[in-house]
Amino acid sequence: MKITEKEVRYVADLANLQLTDAEIGRLAKDLDEILTHIDTLNELDTSHVQPMAQVLYDAGETATLRADTERAPLGNEAALANAPLAGNGYYKVPKVIER
Amino acid sequence: MSASVAGLVALTIPAVQKGLAKRDFSAVELARSALDFAEKENPKTNAYLHFSPERALAAAQKVDQKLAAGEDPGPLAGVPLAVKDVIVTKGVRTTCGSRLLEHYIPPYDATAVIRLEQAGGIVLGKTNCDEFAMGSSTENSAYGPVRNPVALDRVPGGSSGGSAAVVAQGTAVVALGSDTGGSVRQPASFCGVVGVTPTYGRVSRYGLVAFASSLDHIGPFGRTVHDAALLLQTIAGRDECDSTSAFAPVPNYVAELDGKVAGMKIGLPREYFEGLASESGDLILKGVEVLKKLGCEVREISLPVTKYAVPCYYIIATAEASSNLARYDGVRYTIRAESGTLSDMYRATRGVGFGAECKRRIMLGTYVLSHGYYDAYYLKAQKVRALIADDFRKAFAEVDAIVAPVSPSPAFKIGEKIDDPLEMYLSDIYTITGDLAGIPCMSVPCGKTSEGLPVGMQILTRHFDETGMFRLADAFEKAGGFAG
Repeated sequence: MKITEKEVRYVADLANLQLTDAEIGRLAKDLDEILTHIDTLNELDTSHVQPMAQVLYDAGETATLRADTERAPLGNEAALANAPLAGNGYYKVPKVIER
Repeated sequence: MSASVAGLVALTIPAVQKGLAKRDFSAVELARSALDFAEKENPKTNAYLHFSPERALAAAQKVDQKLAAGEDPGPLAGVPLAVKDVIVTKGVRTTCGSRLLEHYIPPYDATAVIRLEQAGGIVLGKTNCDEFAMGSSTENSAYGPVRNPVALDRVPGGSSGGSAAVVAQGTAVVALGSDTGGSVRQPASFCGVVGVTPTYGRVSRYGLVAFASSLDHIGPFGRTVHDAALLLQTIAGRDECDSTSAFAPVPNYVAELDGKVAGMKIGLPREYFEGLASESGDLILKGVEVLKKLGCEVREISLPVTKYAVPCYYIIATAEASSNLARYDGVRYTIRAESGTLSDMYRATRGVGFGAECKRRIMLGTYVLSHGYYDAYYLKAQKVRALIADDFRKAFAEVDAIVAPVSPSPAFKIGEKIDDPLEMYLSDIYTITGDLAGIPCMSVPCGKTSEGLPVGMQILTRHFDETGMFRLADAFEKAGGFAG
């Protein structure tokens, strides 16, 4: 076994995912199968390989900086328009700190 | 405009331009006909999630005004097109195939969409896809699966299954999709249309809802190589809103479709033809014979790291996805599951909002990035990615293009593979390598199996050599390669 149900619960906690018991059981089985397949990577010797994070091309050091010109921002109203709950120009969430 | 309606199914961009120039129809008439036709036909496939008639007609009106004033209406003037629902459209609902974004109305347009409309293109609506582009069959949409227009009991491929289906069905002339591990090429192959994944950075990702940022691409679908090439040259090029978009100038791909492929060196990677379903393999080898007749020099090559691409990809893509999808927390994006504390609210919202495949990938990605596992999984995968990119670099020192299958088998039945995630992942083997290396690659139709199912041939070239890729694909198409 690469992963137990207990570990699945721990990872779900890290991922902020609420899962049912049935989902936990199913994920333990699926992840175990996938992680076992992933282990085939160990057949490759990569001790002298530089990791590749991204495809990069040659460009000047400051090439990605845009001209420093004013632009209209999105605006508060538009930014909040999709919020499930907003008020007074802010996102509203359940109380975090109890008095 | 009954004349244009009759021709909608097979319409191409040059045919639209000709019709407008000859005043056979106006852009508004064409947009109306195309919308009516698409709305009538859509229940057969569920390929469109929603239509944008107001936006389409306003854009068409602008084209007609320019035509009336004698101004150039742009290279895509009046062309009815569709956009995958992971690409944001200002004021037009964008769901990413997820319940979590059921009511999401983006406050801005993706750069690619802006460029399409500036060129005169008409956005008819948004196409169905796997939730957050995660899947190979479009069965993971919260709004129901898409049916393959060629065989309605089969999947159209995925994740851009809706975009491939509308082009195959004739309910749009061209479409935009997105490709992270094959999500443009595989559905193009399954539906018998042209699908293109450009060089990483060739098209701005601004407004493409992020799945795996180091692998995500926007790419075009068309019924001809010409149309896909024209669409790509319209949306390609540096965009200051995406710092990873490339500065390289955008060539006129269409002007380079000159059929001059004699002497082009083509490599067939041994590893891609082992274990290939025989009928798909036979069709591609028949296609290779067409290329030889065109004067191409064909040789066998080796890409030895290929077999490690699937595990490498499913570490990197899920790790990036687990991070990118953290933003759907019930605070900013429309859906919230009310529940006690803030932390309970996050968990409950994500628990009810994400579908099974997204949860599986978030979990895998969180696991491989979790404490103590980073070196064993994520770092290891980044090193293997470097080896895969190196395989291609060596190959392209010998050959100008690589020809390979797109998928091990043609379109499978709806429901056939949904319960076996590993098998579904393994079927991505021939497409994920191109994404990992960031090179341009495309699928061109290469005939049909005895059951009438389309098979696509994949062409891969060097970074930024879309020109060579399109030239070869176009010559293949004109030589009758598509007919098989």
